[in-house]
Amino acid sequence: MKIHEYQSKRIFAKYGVPIPNGKVAITPQEAYDAAKDLGGRVIIKSQVLVGGRGKAGGVKLANNPDEAKERAAEILGMDIKGLTVRKVLVDEASNIASEIYLGITNDREKRMPVMMVSAEGGVDIEEVARVSPEKIIKVHINPLLGLQGYQIRDIAASIELPRRNWKEFGVIANGLWKAYKGTDATLAEVNPLIITAEETLLAVDGKMLIDDSSLFRHPDLAEMRDIDTEAETETIAREHDLAYIQLDGEIGCMVNGAGLAMTTMDIVNLFGGSPANFLDIGGGANAEKVAAAFRIILSDPKVKAVLINIFGGITRGDEVAKGILEAIEEVKPTVPMVVRLVGTNAEEGRALLADADMLTAETLVEAAQKAVAAAKEA
Amino acid sequence: MSILVNKDTRLLVQGITGNEGLFHTQQMVAYGTNVVAGVTPGKGGEWVMDGKVPVFDSVKLAAEATGANASVIFVPARFAADAIFEAADAGLDLIVCITEGVPVSDMMRVRAYIDQIDTRLLGPNCPGLLTPGEAKVGIIPGNIAIPGNVGAVSRSGTLTYEVLYALKQKGMGASTCVGIGGDPVNGTNFIDVLAMFEDDPATDKVVMLGEIGGTDEEKAAEFIATKMTKPVAAFIAGQTAPPGKQMGHAGAIIQSGSGAAADKIKALEEAGVRVAKHPEELPDLLS
Repeated sequence: MKIHEYQSKRIFAKYGVPIPNGKVAITPQEAYDAAKDLGGRVIIKSQVLVGGRGKAGGVKLANNPDEAKERAAEILGMDIKGLTVRKVLVDEASNIASEIYLGITNDREKRMPVMMVSAEGGVDIEEVARVSPEKIIKVHINPLLGLQGYQIRDIAASIELPRRNWKEFGVIANGLWKAYKGTDATLAEVNPLIITAEETLLAVDGKMLIDDSSLFRHPDLAEMRDIDTEAETETIAREHDLAYIQLDGEIGCMVNGAGLAMTTMDIVNLFGGSPANFLDIGGGANAEKVAAAFRIILSDPKVKAVLINIFGGITRGDEVAKGILEAIEEVKPTVPMVVRLVGTNAEEGRALLADADMLTAETLVEAAQKAVAAAKEA
Repeated sequence: MSILVNKDTRLLVQGITGNEGLFHTQQMVAYGTNVVAGVTPGKGGEWVMDGKVPVFDSVKLAAEATGANASVIFVPARFAADAIFEAADAGLDLIVCITEGVPVSDMMRVRAYIDQIDTRLLGPNCPGLLTPGEAKVGIIPGNIAIPGNVGAVSRSGTLTYEVLYALKQKGMGASTCVGIGGDPVNGTNFIDVLAMFEDDPATDKVVMLGEIGGTDEEKAAEFIATKMTKPVAAFIAGQTAPPGKQMGHAGAIIQSGSGAAADKIKALEEAGVRVAKHPEELPDLLS
């Protein structure tokens, strides 16, 4: 789960990482008031969950409260990569001498968190990683031991941080690690961490991703989810415990199991169609879940046919067929549907569906071909 | 012969009195698996399965009383790491964690600990194992596979069932089928299982089902090229998956240019693996 810059920075501050004084504003007047309180010279930063805000004109400097109001009026309501700006962060402006990148993420290969630091901060770190990976220092953190003092000193030395800032840097690196651990984050990033003209360190921008699976122990973080950033159908799917991702194609897919759902998309593509979505309805395809899945898939106007692919293992094929028929009765879809049932009691299930004039298929290849043909005719 | 589980496996079930745990215990027992005990803290002294399986308060007590040597875990995600540590500290040889949605930070701690001891962990977020005709540990439907000489290893659940079923339709059976799970950090990887199949006299060929995310398939390709003599056929799911999106499984995501299906297919083909365009080709590629 993504959270906003201001939320990330407030979490960092709670763990001892210094951040600029700032306030969130949802109107130009609030931005004016915030700027006045903060001493006049401020940065107005759009709060949207997407990168490249600066380039898109979503981050602007204001020299006084009146300018802050004007800049906020320009930014609020702005569209950045399809997202509408509803909030701005008004931060006290800092005098930047130099910029550092400091972040923690999970290294999947090594199965442990890794702290990454670069003396070239303020730029896209993935770009640095691609072009000049030697400029990024990586230090792995043993999950049973945590970040050690010597590791922090090694990092400070590697990026040639001025010695007068080492102690401060230690507090920040430790604070970031504790924030990462304490929130079950999968990314905690300060970019840039600046050395100010006054020779102190300050985290002027922050970004965090939180592990969705850990939200049960962080109800406060779960509330931070900004549903504006996802398609409405993805929100509905999450509420029904369905995994759904919208794509650009025309064949809706409803499948049990994530691996089989991806396979179904792939085979639709292999036989000349294009999948409209990924959808995993999970185990036990009951009528209620199938109906919710139908509604989500059919809310996409591009969908011209639906392919239902269910492997009946412990859930029996005839039960699945009954669930599908009940759901069809309720939702009354208007596009052609191809159902492929396989596994336990699949023949009985297919017979039930055929009696109801549904297109059925026995193999995955046959199902994909029928769905592609149906979409072309539609 | 087989790998990891067989008729001598003495299984205990953690979370045996929950809905999932009890249902699948019935299925496992019906298949012939030797389920010797269950564990639910606070319910020690009770019996399930019509008085045939005793319930204990802890894994240690259950293992001491029954000689259990393997555990299958059905507890909710928030208790899964604790359940794995408990089974590991009770000295069990094999732990199979079915639970989905375990926080990745928990799994990193679990893996760091498990790597230091002699216990094998399978999963989490996996369907478990099936040695047809001998034992089923987990949730793989027993009737979809017959005994045979194909070793199967997969990151997915229903896709595996699909392939086992397709093999059965052609009269081909499995030595053991192993679901390693769809999480980014898990206990057992492809190469661990491939090595066991290479050493297993009952396995003559191997089918491997991978998917997008991570580089385990690439590592498997290198292992196959350098260490394996038995033929391997594979399928990789997610060729049409967009980057940056998590496709159901927590580990199924293409990130920072890593984990795409095309890279995995290329690596496997270069290692001499026959890669299927779709799963229904697999029986032919194996025969």
